[in-house]
Amino acid sequence: MASKKHNEVVIDVDERNELGHPLDYRELNEKIRGCISSGMEKVILKGVTGQRYIASAMDDPDVKIDIHGTPGNDLGAFLNGGTIEVFGNAQDVTGNTMNDGRIIVHGNSWDITGLAARGGTILIRGNSGYRVGIHMKEFNGSGPRLVIGGSVHDYLGEYMAGGTIAILGIGMEEDVSPVGLSVGTGMHGGRIFVRGAVEEHQLGTAAHVLPLTDEDWEELQSMIEEFEHAFGLKPSRCRDDYVKVGPLDSRPFRGHYDKTNI
Amino acid sequence: MLQGNDGPVPASWMASDFDAYPQQGRSYVVDIPHRHKYRMGSCGIAGCINTDGSMISGSKIEKMITTMGERENGLGAGFVCYGLFPDYADEYCLQVLYESDQSRAGLEEYLSDRAYIIKDEKVKTVAVPTMKPPFPLVWRYFIRPKTNTESFWRKGLDEEDYMVHMVMQINQADNGAFCVSSGKNMAVFKGSGYAKEIAQFYDIGRYKGNMWLSHSRFPTNSPGWWAGSHPISILDWSICHNGEITSYGVNKKLVEMAGYKCSLLTDSEVITYLWDLLVRRHGLPIPAASFAMAPWYYKDIDRLDEQLRQLALQLRITYKEAFLNGPFSILVGRSEPNVTMIALADRKKLRPLVMGVSEDGNSVFAASEECAIKAVQKDAETWAPKAGNPVVVRLGEGIVRRGTEAPFQGVRL
Amino acid sequence: MSVQTVVRLPEKYRPVVDHELCLRCKKCVRACSYEVLEFKDDRIRPKPGCVACLRCVYECPAQCITVKEMEPQFAHHAVFDPVLRRSIIAQSNSGGVLLSSCGANVEYMDIFSHLLLDAAQVTNPSIDPLREPVETRTYLGRRPGKVTVTDDGRIDLQSSSTPLVVMDMPIMIGHISLGSISYNAQAALFQAASELNIVAGTGEGGLHADFYKHSKNLCAEVASGRFGVTSHYLKEVSSVEIKIGQGAKPGHGGHLPGEKVQELVSQTRMIPLGTDALSPYPHHDIYSIEDLQQLISVLKESTEYQVPVGVKIAAVHNVGAIASGIVRAGADFITVDGLRGGTGSAPRVIRDHAGMPIEIAISAVDQRLQEEGLRDKVTLCASGSIRSAADMIKCIALGADVVGVCTAAMIAMGCTVCQQCHRGMCTWGIATQRQDLVGRLQTPVAAQRVVNLFRAWNEELKEMLGAMGIDSVESLVGNRDRLRYIGPNPRIAEILGVKHSGEGWG
Repeated sequence: MASKKHNEVVIDVDERNELGHPLDYRELNEKIRGCISSGMEKVILKGVTGQRYIASAMDDPDVKIDIHGTPGNDLGAFLNGGTIEVFGNAQDVTGNTMNDGRIIVHGNSWDITGLAARGGTILIRGNSGYRVGIHMKEFNGSGPRLVIGGSVHDYLGEYMAGGTIAILGIGMEEDVSPVGLSVGTGMHGGRIFVRGAVEEHQLGTAAHVLPLTDEDWEELQSMIEEFEHAFGLKPSRCRDDYVKVGPLDSRPFRGHYDKTNI
Repeated sequence: MLQGNDGPVPASWMASDFDAYPQQGRSYVVDIPHRHKYRMGSCGIAGCINTDGSMISGSKIEKMITTMGERENGLGAGFVCYGLFPDYADEYCLQVLYESDQSRAGLEEYLSDRAYIIKDEKVKTVAVPTMKPPFPLVWRYFIRPKTNTESFWRKGLDEEDYMVHMVMQINQADNGAFCVSSGKNMAVFKGSGYAKEIAQFYDIGRYKGNMWLSHSRFPTNSPGWWAGSHPISILDWSICHNGEITSYGVNKKLVEMAGYKCSLLTDSEVITYLWDLLVRRHGLPIPAASFAMAPWYYKDIDRLDEQLRQLALQLRITYKEAFLNGPFSILVGRSEPNVTMIALADRKKLRPLVMGVSEDGNSVFAASEECAIKAVQKDAETWAPKAGNPVVVRLGEGIVRRGTEAPFQGVRL
Repeated sequence: MSVQTVVRLPEKYRPVVDHELCLRCKKCVRACSYEVLEFKDDRIRPKPGCVACLRCVYECPAQCITVKEMEPQFAHHAVFDPVLRRSIIAQSNSGGVLLSSCGANVEYMDIFSHLLLDAAQVTNPSIDPLREPVETRTYLGRRPGKVTVTDDGRIDLQSSSTPLVVMDMPIMIGHISLGSISYNAQAALFQAASELNIVAGTGEGGLHADFYKHSKNLCAEVASGRFGVTSHYLKEVSSVEIKIGQGAKPGHGGHLPGEKVQELVSQTRMIPLGTDALSPYPHHDIYSIEDLQQLISVLKESTEYQVPVGVKIAAVHNVGAIASGIVRAGADFITVDGLRGGTGSAPRVIRDHAGMPIEIAISAVDQRLQEEGLRDKVTLCASGSIRSAADMIKCIALGADVVGVCTAAMIAMGCTVCQQCHRGMCTWGIATQRQDLVGRLQTPVAAQRVVNLFRAWNEELKEMLGAMGIDSVESLVGNRDRLRYIGPNPRIAEILGVKHSGEGWG
């Protein structure tokens, strides 16, 4: 099932066991790890059918995993380096708690994309679901970057404590917001750039529409560039098309508790 | 307990007026196991429908559900097929799990008092070597209720309510028989095992229908009770449910007040009765019933135009006990007035639900995970419906709602 | 010939002054309306009669006063405890019915403390109310049971519409009349209700002209005395409640002594100055359930069906059946007031010995209405010692849509539960009509404190709902699955329909 070409290997995973289940993710990940430790720089997976945790905790910065088919939940969880590229859609919790590396999806990724990411880059060509970029955070001068080409649903950037999210709204009608409700709810760090309008009622607690600074625009442009490079799409480059959502306070709920010694 | 047939008609039409009916000892394959309590779990759901009326083989849905192998642990799975009995489309099809031939004799006597049995047959089952016995005996009856009997007119019910009443009676009694489905032109095939095993047990590939729904379970506790698996069904309704309803105690109150008996003790059962109550009995359009079960937040309701705001408030306040709180995604099937698939996720979207449609637009799919759709339809265009927003797909009509529309689109005031 | 029968009772409390710290400012002397403190020989000295109202402690700038609870001076006896002996001595002195106020002061089964709430773990996610919406909006009134759909499939909004009152949290400030409390105190409660967008009860004393500005947040009480009840009043408020009884004194009426019926009270109650305001024990137009229907109907007719009409009853042993009759008589909401509920004045024998705790009562009513298929028609309000957010949450899980709170709101305003309301000398300016005392209560301050308290409770409710994985309070109403009993008497759990701690779901 594996064929080699220079530093590249193809793994065809299109097989089922006696219960009709696709290839076990443990076997698949073991194979991937085996290929990497034997010096392969590119691992091509074909016929992926919902296998979870693919390339989780991978940390070799020079390795690239190409995925054809539909990878399962927790793709690239705890990713610490390297690149994962999906030629199709990803499922839920893509890039869970990732620290570094890149995940590129030539399609959609569904709910909870980029949960608790601390670094690295996630680029999604299409749309994403609910609670995207939830609790991303910055640490030690590095932060995660998440770009969604299309639109997302509610609770974008909930709890956000750092990092940058860009929602590009490609292919959306002018008057349709590419984000849902409760945007940035409870955010106390980081920034969300949205192409198009974010109305007052869409903002979550502690999230505010803020002016786009030159520094913001520079960062957003570099993210757009990366996105263009990955997918060959041309999102708007007009600064006025974008709004920024961010916190006013790094501790928005301090008045919530009463510390009286009763 | 079973009681005599005489006495006043109870105010609540499905109160415990069990007619005389024999009892016997049994294992728990069919009846509620001893000490059986609430069941919960995280599961996989899948569904497919051909809106042009062409037939789908059971092996297709089998492939969908088994693709999500991580979502089952062998403690229950099931299938429901719609449009599989065109020759008996006007008869209620009772699919019954029996403990023994003796329990079958008992139920058949009960049935023949209340209904004309147009046809009955043993449902083909296969002894699957990997599954643990005991296996139930599965029987199928095509029946027409006897509407001219005293037991019918004394209850003052219409035919469908009478059927509900009958199924409740059968399933409440400790009688070694459990009716797993009772609708027209549909049947449920379920049991304790992996989805693959259940498919093999019923030889699911031999059935063809316009629509299939399926469920695989990952229960956190389970006595391996065949009847307790999904889909849960009453009349032509069937439900495959993933999630856990935190408002179960409240929802149960409402369906019990409406006369339903909760014999399966699961939140999924309550959801099934809610659909029957809200849509069939109260006549609510599907988007309105969905709104009652997964309402908008008040702050968002207040942004609606006045008339729709009033509608939203009235649904939310009147049916506050129908509000399904907590995480869920469900697939709902119905054969009347036409074969329909409904897919709905909770208002916070805490459980997964992905839809897909084939390039030609004829085949529509729903699943917990996209891989289940892509496994049977590589070219499917997939989308995610919004939280609390129902997807409706109907035979002959195609995709009626994508689950991304305004909440009351299609509701007439 | 009169015989001198009075025997002095040992003191219960005594203010103790640290004379070294004392500034001799005499604020405490002026503070004490019971005239317990005097300034003599360059010292503040206590006299008998301290009730532990703590006003002197509050006023003292040097913080040099402590109120000491005196050791019981009676010889120990396990059966004739000191309270019993004091009662016997007092009644031998006077030959009177012992009066008291606030709620029952006996250790009757506090069942709330024997109930534990559930929380979400693994199989469903808990919800963070700070970030994701957790709703506490609550509606008061009758519900139609179903939304009407016409034969041609249209939803008919008109035919199933009923008058409802919207509240931002499931808390009602209970009925406390002007007369039983001061103008300033009632003003504060009403202002708080407006600000919180909840409902406050007017009590049976009518509505002062100044308070009509809060009428959309008020529930008018129609009690047996019908004080101040006019058609104008009934049409202005958001809801109307017929008061049959009160948890602190089921089966008892009311008696506001003439000295409290000054200009203000006389005007509001529409009774002559200085006369006793007597509330008959029963409503003399209600001697049975069909008569109640008559009163409900005439109130609805008179308010042109624009406001919900409710009925408040004390929790008595047959409360379930009574409540079901009340729903059938047409009530839109029912308030059940438990035995520990508060009062401005009640015979001690009734206060401490009649009725049932609200936990059992509300649960019995909820279950009975469910059995009869009526629970989805009415709003249930439970009151009678809802002391904290925890009590409120447990009460809701036992079947209440709304809880009524009085004593806690009084405490927020300054009340220390010294139980002297019936004497009309409240040093905090709450349960009094004495102008010198009323002025002590600053309405804006008291209102803000009530607002703060209920906001905090509502936040705690949201925290607890979120922990249970519930994002709207209606999904907790009567949701006994989320409660467990851990007290000494499992039979109570059975009656509540609550499982014992350690039992799983089902």
